[in-house]
Amino acid sequence: MADHRIEPMLAESASPAAPAGAVPIAGPTHEVSRPTRLGLLLEREHVLAGVLLTPTLVILALFIAYPFVLGIWLAVSDKVVGRPGNFIGLDNFRVNLADTIFLRAFQNTFVYTFIATILKLALGMLAALLLNHHFRFKRVVRASMLLPWIVPTVLSTLAWQWMFDATFSVFNWVLLNAGVISTRILWLGDGTMAMGCLILVNVWRGMPFFAITLLAGLQTVNPDLHEAAEIDGANAWQRFWRVTFPLLKPIMLVVVLFSMIATFADFQLIYVLTRGGPYSSTHVFGTYAYEIAMRAAKLGQGASISLSLFPFLLLVIMFQLWYIRRHD
Amino acid sequence: MAVRYGSPLRRAVTFHIPLGLLVCATLFPFYWMVITSIRPDRELYSVQSNPFFTLYPTVKHFQDLFELTMFARWAWNTLFIATVSTAISLFCGLLAGYALARLQFRWAAPLGTLIFVTYLVPPTLLFIPLGDVVQAFGLADTPWAVILTYPTFLIPFCTWLLLGYFKTIPKEIEECARIDGASRVQAMVRISFPLAVPGILSAGIFAFTLSWNEFLYALVFLSSPQQKTIPIGVFTELVRGDVFYWGPLMAGALLGSIPVAIVYSFFVEHYVTALTGAVKG
Repeated sequence: MADHRIEPMLAESASPAAPAGAVPIAGPTHEVSRPTRLGLLLEREHVLAGVLLTPTLVILALFIAYPFVLGIWLAVSDKVVGRPGNFIGLDNFRVNLADTIFLRAFQNTFVYTFIATILKLALGMLAALLLNHHFRFKRVVRASMLLPWIVPTVLSTLAWQWMFDATFSVFNWVLLNAGVISTRILWLGDGTMAMGCLILVNVWRGMPFFAITLLAGLQTVNPDLHEAAEIDGANAWQRFWRVTFPLLKPIMLVVVLFSMIATFADFQLIYVLTRGGPYSSTHVFGTYAYEIAMRAAKLGQGASISLSLFPFLLLVIMFQLWYIRRHD
Repeated sequence: MAVRYGSPLRRAVTFHIPLGLLVCATLFPFYWMVITSIRPDRELYSVQSNPFFTLYPTVKHFQDLFELTMFARWAWNTLFIATVSTAISLFCGLLAGYALARLQFRWAAPLGTLIFVTYLVPPTLLFIPLGDVVQAFGLADTPWAVILTYPTFLIPFCTWLLLGYFKTIPKEIEECARIDGASRVQAMVRISFPLAVPGILSAGIFAFTLSWNEFLYALVFLSSPQQKTIPIGVFTELVRGDVFYWGPLMAGALLGSIPVAIVYSFFVEHYVTALTGAVKG
């Protein structure tokens, strides 16, 4: 569309170059400054697009594409801190597959991701349905609901760690004083309990994201549909499953995929709350890769661990791209 | 949505009680930060005293935080890093988002997909080789190590959000300016960019909170105490081996959370727009 507008401008600028006496002709059009060579170049959409995209592509190439390739190289090398690495093929991955802590981390990552995502979806849906009512202080309640999501996860996780403290846990204080338990529960004392606590904190932190995005989805549902269903005799339960749920399905799917990627690649929450302990029983890919690469200084081995989350990631991304394309 | 209300009892059971529980569960950890940060140590480390309130509030933990650690320095670092990396990301994201939404060129679709894919790449996948890259560029243990790496997840987000925003601004406005003699670049800068200000604000708020909260890159790339950000400083300098200084820890957690909470509270609507816009194609 813009192309035929470029042509006359090009012609206009080309003509004064030939006869020297033609320069004063520019007089009448003094309002519009005479386009420079650069200006003319930028009139072409593909040139302008190239210029506009350059800063982004440079940063992404330097700090995503290059490290990604480097990461693949590290994963097939025996690099340790302070010494150049040699190519060792798939040895790192073989070591991983024979490493019980790695296998436990592998399993933990999936358990953590799936349980936490399902709980976040269920609770987020419940919260969204509640927030979709009209009530006083609705805006304040909605704003405060998002707080766990916006404050630094490390800092709120530290508060949780204090609440799970072996001696001074507030939960233990309440349960002891209420007579429910007679000895303290060691919340982070064994692998299963600690994993439960990690999932609880993850759900607490991530649920608001589900609630607020699903609420935005709920607000686009046409109320007439609900009224029609009600007139036809559908109760609230049926109305939710037959009207609201199908309409929310697309946004629900996208939110779940986003959350799954973030949960699958989680590092900070687990690293702060348990550091992968007790006895390396709560490691996930992220924390174990950090442990091996940063603490044990085995960069190659560590890179092979963090690269192990890539296939799953790729699967989710491809599914998401396919889904977006289908709906465009 | 039209919601029918039954009897008060029914409404209490199906609405008020669940909502109340949800709000309490959401806010309780924050209450815990506050109460811990003002309780004196002899109460904190006593199994007898009621942990829910204190009769002897103290500011000692806050004093310790500022006198024994470099908390003020960390706060300044965090602010500086978050501001600069947000500015860089907004600049890049605005230009890229505009190009992908408005300009017709051969690589538009694949580049859009590429940027969307990088948006989904988590830091966990890249932090080990990125540490090498940061080292090679001589950026290790300087603010620039994170200022230049945060944009890797902020730019794709900003681009994606602003691309969506530009698509909602009618093309015709720009075309009118073009007919009146504005150049392509002038139409972009003078017409489209000002109209995108709400979108820029949304992306900016979101990017700022993300970089304020970032943990992994800062943990790996920043090592000396005076270079740390609040999340790293509080976590690494107030925990010595197995000893947790809970009073100053919670004081630091509280002070580190308040700035983002304030920024957020002023721009709740923009933040929610960014949050919901981020997941929509």
